[in-house]
Amino acid sequence: MDVTPGPGAAAGVIQSSPNWLTTRLDALVNWSRENSLWPMPFGTACCAIEMMAAFAARFDLARFGMERMAFSPRQSDMLICAGRLPYKLAPVIRRVWDQMPQPKWCISMGACASTGGIFDTYTMVQGIDNIVPVDVYVPGCPPRPEGLIYGIMLLQKKIRGESVFDPSLRVERQKDERGLFLEPRVTDEISEPFGNSVAQTRSA
Amino acid sequence: MATRTVTYDLATPGLERGGRPGRTPLAATAEPAMDTDHMLVNIGPQHPATHGVLRLVVELDGEVVVRVVPHVGYLHSGFEKLGEYRTYNQIVPLTDRNDYLAAMSNNVALAQAAEKLMGITITDRCRELRVIACEMSRILSHLVWAGTTGIDIGAFTVFLWLFHERERLYNLIEAWTGARLTTSLTRVGGLMADVPDGWTDELRRWCGRFPKVLDEVETLLSKNGIWLGRNVDVGAISAEDAINWSLSGPMIRASGVPYDVRKDWPYLGYETYDFDVPVGEHGDCYDRYLVRMEEMRQSVRILLQALDRLPEGPINVSDPKVILPPKDRAMADMEAMIFHFKQVMEGVPAPAGEAYQAIEGPRGELGYYFVSDGTAKPVRWRIRPPAFINLAAISKMSQGHLLSDLIAINASVDIVMGEVDR
Amino acid sequence: MTAVNASVTALQDRFGAAVRRSEVSCGDTIVYVDPARVHDVLAFLKDDPAQRYDYLADVTAVEYRDRERPLEVVYQLWSLARKVPLRVKAELPKDQPLEVATATDLWQGANWLEREVWDMFGIRFTGHPDLRRILMWETYSEGHPLRKDFPLRGRFSRSEQVRQALTDDLEAHYSMEELSLTDAAPYLPEKVRQDLAKGQGG
Repeated sequence: MDVTPGPGAAAGVIQSSPNWLTTRLDALVNWSRENSLWPMPFGTACCAIEMMAAFAARFDLARFGMERMAFSPRQSDMLICAGRLPYKLAPVIRRVWDQMPQPKWCISMGACASTGGIFDTYTMVQGIDNIVPVDVYVPGCPPRPEGLIYGIMLLQKKIRGESVFDPSLRVERQKDERGLFLEPRVTDEISEPFGNSVAQTRSA
Repeated sequence: MATRTVTYDLATPGLERGGRPGRTPLAATAEPAMDTDHMLVNIGPQHPATHGVLRLVVELDGEVVVRVVPHVGYLHSGFEKLGEYRTYNQIVPLTDRNDYLAAMSNNVALAQAAEKLMGITITDRCRELRVIACEMSRILSHLVWAGTTGIDIGAFTVFLWLFHERERLYNLIEAWTGARLTTSLTRVGGLMADVPDGWTDELRRWCGRFPKVLDEVETLLSKNGIWLGRNVDVGAISAEDAINWSLSGPMIRASGVPYDVRKDWPYLGYETYDFDVPVGEHGDCYDRYLVRMEEMRQSVRILLQALDRLPEGPINVSDPKVILPPKDRAMADMEAMIFHFKQVMEGVPAPAGEAYQAIEGPRGELGYYFVSDGTAKPVRWRIRPPAFINLAAISKMSQGHLLSDLIAINASVDIVMGEVDR
Repeated sequence: MTAVNASVTALQDRFGAAVRRSEVSCGDTIVYVDPARVHDVLAFLKDDPAQRYDYLADVTAVEYRDRERPLEVVYQLWSLARKVPLRVKAELPKDQPLEVATATDLWQGANWLEREVWDMFGIRFTGHPDLRRILMWETYSEGHPLRKDFPLRGRFSRSEQVRQALTDDLEAHYSMEELSLTDAAPYLPEKVRQDLAKGQGG
């Protein structure tokens, strides 16, 4: 996975403080990006149904420019992981994410995608941010389509604040020498308070 | 197998008797001319047409499917393990996430199984409301099925129309339970809440309008040459094979076996309702489509009967050891508070024993098997998953068909991966 | 139904001591059989004209919290023609190998159900055509999840589980038993070709 700097970085000229030209260009680029995000729906479970409802006629994501659901990751901008992600599916979503070209964003839809949700079990990834970098977390079980739309609008606001001349925005974290994206301490501590018991008299 | 006569609209010329467009090759009876190696194609787990995270590894001879091996488990969440750490009422929210297209069906199935285990008889009003919940869930699930099958075959309009009908039902469900999808409707011995005022009139109005929407969809699909060409004689499975593969629901009924849990092992008073069970004949995708469309109409029929006979009365049994006391009493009365405390902190214990209770879910025979050792948490919670068992037959149904037929067959099985993988 | 299922007496007449006991729980009849004779019992129940339990509803297993109790393999049968249910159980003591004969030659529906029991409990079904894990990935090494000595969150730490998931090779799940594609080499990645040549099992 090579790190490709954005346009303008090679020139070196426009690395300094933004001026009227760069902000106007950024505004144009960001406006076009945020209003034509092509979502890559990675729908796994119940949240996928609410995502489908968001795409359908009542909540209509087409008015945000997202009517073209890109099921090919190579033609998409935004990965919406809707639903729980078991460990068996983790390398799949990582590969799909790697196949998406920059600029790309990720929305973690639902409690299970954000933190593992009610499934604190042997199969479930406790949050897809262990696997892919997430921009917006949408809580809910499942979030209403309005909730997903709010998350998308937050992402649009985030995109509005980006700059095309900042190459660090498009740099991706690589796997460290252990093969992880996050430190083990960070991943382990989310389940720590609940322990891991075979005694079924407890709730956990 | 009887000959089937189908009439067509004139918009599609070139159709043979039997419904096939003259130029499209269907099941590959001719030998492929090229003598090359077989090709291995991987479909999924991320793919628009796999209805969830299903992976199909297909061995192809040209365009003809030689073998398809489904890989499941990409949504395995550990429901059954988690259920052993939860009391029976705490398992209710888990069941919503199992078959999320028909969440209320699952809630009812769990409550029925737990009540069978504990020997509880529910009130009349609760019984009728649960019938209403089951039939609404059946319609909801079939609407998704029809919409997604339409998308797979290429008919996108159906998806939009039917999802709008789902939104109307979601309004009703949200008014009743507070949630659109993850309803957690039932409790052991009753329901979470009664229907609000005016709800039954609204449902009745919806039932009056819905058959017309189904008519519109059937106008689009049932006599459409493309739909027929993609579905007739595709993925046929015989009645003996269907029984041997333990299929259930519309899959087995389309093959001619009249097995419906509502009729054969009645529960919730279904023997007192007047409804028909559509049974197909050829066992192909078109028959499954017809069976499901007719099931939706029959569900409307049951809904209207249930609404007519909905009695007044309590929705929960009056046993304070099983049902939480009303909040005002729990706050005022010591005894009620103790009951509340014991139920919430310890759960309702079930006597030692086991119970298997099956309901007719939209996908087939949904069975919940509880084994109890006398405590409040089950020793074993087994979900008999109709979609998992139906999916196993896909390798048999798609041999010799084309790759695009495989997509149509996959759509006709009506899987929901939450239930397949649990 | 409150009366014991008549099939129980038929089984006792036919199989004698192999039918260990029977009981009725919550209205369902359960019959416990010797695990070595399970296949014969199921075949009799399926084929005998007076029994005709032609529909296998479910195959599953139960482990009790009481560690002394054996594991049970549970078969839920319906007779569609006679409209009668029956539950057949085989008890497998834990100090012996957990094995029982497969039912896939009687009902094809048992194929995936028995694979799931293998995956979740570690009970082998002898004679099964394709006994691989089905819900977990094939090289899953933490154990058999539904056993009572398996903790809810698995045996490895969360970060170790993530690491294993991320290092999983997506193409490695083509296994030799399911696809005999020794001559499809040009279409497969090098690693899979090597695995097939070596004969990668499940």
